[in-house]
Amino acid sequence: MKLLDFFKRGGSAPVARERLQVLLAYERNNRNQPDLVAVLREEIIAVIAKHVQVNQDDVKITMDRGATTSTLEIDIHIPNAGIKASPAI
Amino acid sequence: MGKVVVVTSGKGGVGKTTSTAALGAVLAQSGKKVVLIDFDVGLRNLDLVMGAERRVVFDLVNVTQGQAKLSQALIRDKRVESLFLLPASQTRDKDALTEEGVASVINTLREKFDYVLCDSPAGIERGAQLAMRFADEAVIVTNPEVSSVRDSDRIIGLLDSKTLKAEQGESVTKHVLVTRYDAGRAARGEMLSIADVLEILSVPLLGIIPENQGVLRASNVGSPVTLNEPTNAAARAYADAARRLQGDDVPMVTPVEKKGLLNRLLGRRVA
Repeated sequence: MKLLDFFKRGGSAPVARERLQVLLAYERNNRNQPDLVAVLREEIIAVIAKHVQVNQDDVKITMDRGATTSTLEIDIHIPNAGIKASPAI
Repeated sequence: MGKVVVVTSGKGGVGKTTSTAALGAVLAQSGKKVVLIDFDVGLRNLDLVMGAERRVVFDLVNVTQGQAKLSQALIRDKRVESLFLLPASQTRDKDALTEEGVASVINTLREKFDYVLCDSPAGIERGAQLAMRFADEAVIVTNPEVSSVRDSDRIIGLLDSKTLKAEQGESVTKHVLVTRYDAGRAARGEMLSIADVLEILSVPLLGIIPENQGVLRASNVGSPVTLNEPTNAAARAYADAARRLQGDDVPMVTPVEKKGLLNRLLGRRVA
């Protein structure tokens, strides 16, 4: 495998081309549109904040854009003491 | 009616000012009346590259604000009679230029000149948008490098939406000018190739300017490379690009690596 890598090591230009193609496909689609990640982040935090007190710093959002699909990871640390008392019915 | 051409890129340092000077000088040498406008308010440099820095009296902002007449602000080149420069202002007020002011200057110049070349500032802010606002054509200067190509793509988006032509349902004619191209590195797969850049940007190619030491020598002495060293490879590539800009059919020559004897014997260079 290492030997194969050695022979395959042409240069970094193909990597540059592929990265640009993926990035620009995304950017062209999203030009003049609100940033989807920002919208999702705000709405999701708003929903959770209705039920628990969440510190903005405890919310980690990561995005990984692929050529055809993307993943959005939302990692929220909810303090055990932060659960609001359920409203009286 | 002359043509208004914006030289733009998004990214800084890719060669907009060098290219404006080099293209303008050959166009003027071929008999066209050419004016170069520096739109980089606050950071003017076209005067320096043209060797006219000591002759600036009035600038673009003075003209748009009525403090000077256009004819007083235009600087005639000392080498090529039909080449003129309208310098940028050094003011720090970024709102010094107004759209109406720029429109009036460009409309007047368009009547008197064959080519009005607008040297855009870097970025996508107001200055860059005003530089492209009234353009008929755009030269997008791009280095074969990821951040430059990305920014060029962004600029293409602006040319297609924020220019007067775009708003009127027409389109600005776009050309890509690849600068600082290193044939050896492209051949070894270390640099994006011309085909890569064109495939990604989908804009026709105006020319390929090879990386060349003559470009820095020319700016050191304040002369467009096309006048300073007309036979050097970059200057000849600019001259071809200028002819294509005028609509001539000039075959595109992709630069090839010149290998010395030692490099030939040693084969591929190790980075």
